[in-house]
Amino acid sequence: MNPLQVFRVAIRALLRNKMRSFLTTLGVIIGVSAVIAMVAIGEGAKARVAEAFASMGSNILIVLSGSTTSGGARGGFGSMPTLTWDDLKAIRSDASAVRYATPQLRANASVISEDQNWGTGVNGISPDYFLIRDWPVSSGTTINPSDVEGGAKVVLLGQTVVDKLYGSSADPVGQTVRIKMVPFQVIGVLARKGQSAMGQDYDDGVFIPYTTFSAKIQGGLQKFIAGSIMVGATSSDDTARAEKQITNLLRERHHIAIGGDDDFSIRNLTEMASAQQEGVNTLTTLLASIAAVSLLVGGIGIMNIMLVSVTERTREIGIRMAVGARPRDVMAQFLVEALTLSFFGGLIGVALGLFAANRLASNFGWPILIRPDIIGIAVGFSGLVGVVFGLYPAQKAARLDPIDALRFE
Amino acid sequence: MATATPLIQVEHISKVYRMGDVEVHALRDVSLSLAEGESVAVMGPSGSGKSTLMNILGCLDRPSAGRYLLAGEEVSQLDRNALAKLRNRTLGFVFQSFNLLARTSALENVELPLLYAGLSARERHTRARKALERVGLGERMHHHPNQMSGGQQQRVAVARALVTQPRLIVADEPTGNLDSRTSVEIMALFQELSRAGITLLLVTHEPDIARYTSRVVVMRDGRVQTDRRQPPLVADVGAAAAEAAEMASP
Repeated sequence: MNPLQVFRVAIRALLRNKMRSFLTTLGVIIGVSAVIAMVAIGEGAKARVAEAFASMGSNILIVLSGSTTSGGARGGFGSMPTLTWDDLKAIRSDASAVRYATPQLRANASVISEDQNWGTGVNGISPDYFLIRDWPVSSGTTINPSDVEGGAKVVLLGQTVVDKLYGSSADPVGQTVRIKMVPFQVIGVLARKGQSAMGQDYDDGVFIPYTTFSAKIQGGLQKFIAGSIMVGATSSDDTARAEKQITNLLRERHHIAIGGDDDFSIRNLTEMASAQQEGVNTLTTLLASIAAVSLLVGGIGIMNIMLVSVTERTREIGIRMAVGARPRDVMAQFLVEALTLSFFGGLIGVALGLFAANRLASNFGWPILIRPDIIGIAVGFSGLVGVVFGLYPAQKAARLDPIDALRFE
Repeated sequence: MATATPLIQVEHISKVYRMGDVEVHALRDVSLSLAEGESVAVMGPSGSGKSTLMNILGCLDRPSAGRYLLAGEEVSQLDRNALAKLRNRTLGFVFQSFNLLARTSALENVELPLLYAGLSARERHTRARKALERVGLGERMHHHPNQMSGGQQQRVAVARALVTQPRLIVADEPTGNLDSRTSVEIMALFQELSRAGITLLLVTHEPDIARYTSRVVVMRDGRVQTDRRQPPLVADVGAAAAEAAEMASP
């Protein structure tokens, strides 16, 4: 018999017992769909985390100034300004792995429109800031270098601030708001970015040129930066290199002896992101392992039913042998039956798993991420389950003695 | 009557089963020779060894000792695969309980041996159709066994046995589950095959059935007790029908 004929015989035998075939394969269906759905959920979570970090900005390093120590109480990073404007220039020009660098000056202040006010974070930044954070405007224009040079009194509003001052549908471009009694012209509204993984609202803030910030919000432009420096590395793979370059550069510029402590600190957001990814990966593996166990149980279910089937069909086996089926024909038939059950179970499982993943993803509001390799592995594994667990019953069938099999009642 | 090379030649075969510590001698030194085209009834009480003899001649079992030549070929020591091939190509089986695959059409049942012979679907189909027509079931090819009478089922079984164009048909109590009229019909069918040159080996305990064969071998205690030839009674379906009708009338 050629393989196609064996397959036809197996299909026909399975269709003779549709309900049982379906119930047998149900274990594999559930196992495979669980694997697919679990991995899709895990991948979705991973993408969600990646998205959260991407909205924070990719390749970001934050350089914080050193800490004060007064009377033994150490004030924490940023409490004593050690970063100078020249440091910023040097980072931008001398560190090859750095593409962008911007000061980030921040103060809380009331932003007052004609008839509303809203307390929010006022940020003094350079145009690099929006490139680092990959943050476009939804209307109007962004802050450009000439605004910074001229200390222009222009402001970009976050969407939450727009909602609070003007209502969500309004376009306030061209309007004037006052911050600390200084009138600013609204030149643009930033696109909605949503919340950070920690629940911080990115859209609740306004942005003005750092020169204007120093002049009008915090007092004169001094030697030190009263805030932090945000750095965009040339790529996410370069963040570690950028971190090293900045460290060396600043240590040199600050004349820190070998072995001395840094008077600044660098936070690497990419590292945080990858740590979080790692956590999600572990979770995905765990979920997939549990699902794989259910696939194994499904395989045992197939073996169980195939064994029952061999006993029940002993007479059929006897008839087949009497008319010329060789032991290996019988073996092939039962093996292919088990394989067919598990393989089609796998296919149905994939369909069901994809459906479930879609439903769950839309429930959680997660992106749907289907990994084709996982589908391949799940179907392949279910086929393997069929072979492994079909082998014993098939051998049992092939070893039957035709005379005994024919007499079997 | 015997031709130059007999189809079946067994020489001093014996079969011993071991059941625990006890050795059961099912066959003791049986020698037998069947010519091509002969129809032989093997009779005897249960335990006489007739089933064992049939299993060995039907290549379902191997003798413990002795030689078995089928169509001049020594088959007593062949392995399971070779025996399967022999059953497929040279032999056809008919059983008391029909042994058709349930929930499978008559046509598919008849195609079964051809499947293992490796024939194409088209050829299987054509040959199975012809075999069914030959046993008078051309109209019922797509019926399932549970939609057919016992006689019809046995005809399907006969069609299945002859579809491979075997040289020998082995029938184990083929009329055991049939009424007398249907039995005559089946025997008429066998006689027809016999006339076409197919050798028939029939195991039965019914003397009425044995009358339709040309030779009766009686077994007892694992040995051949008597072996006689006879002019076979012609199975007359019409007469059997009339007889049945007569018995049925008050």
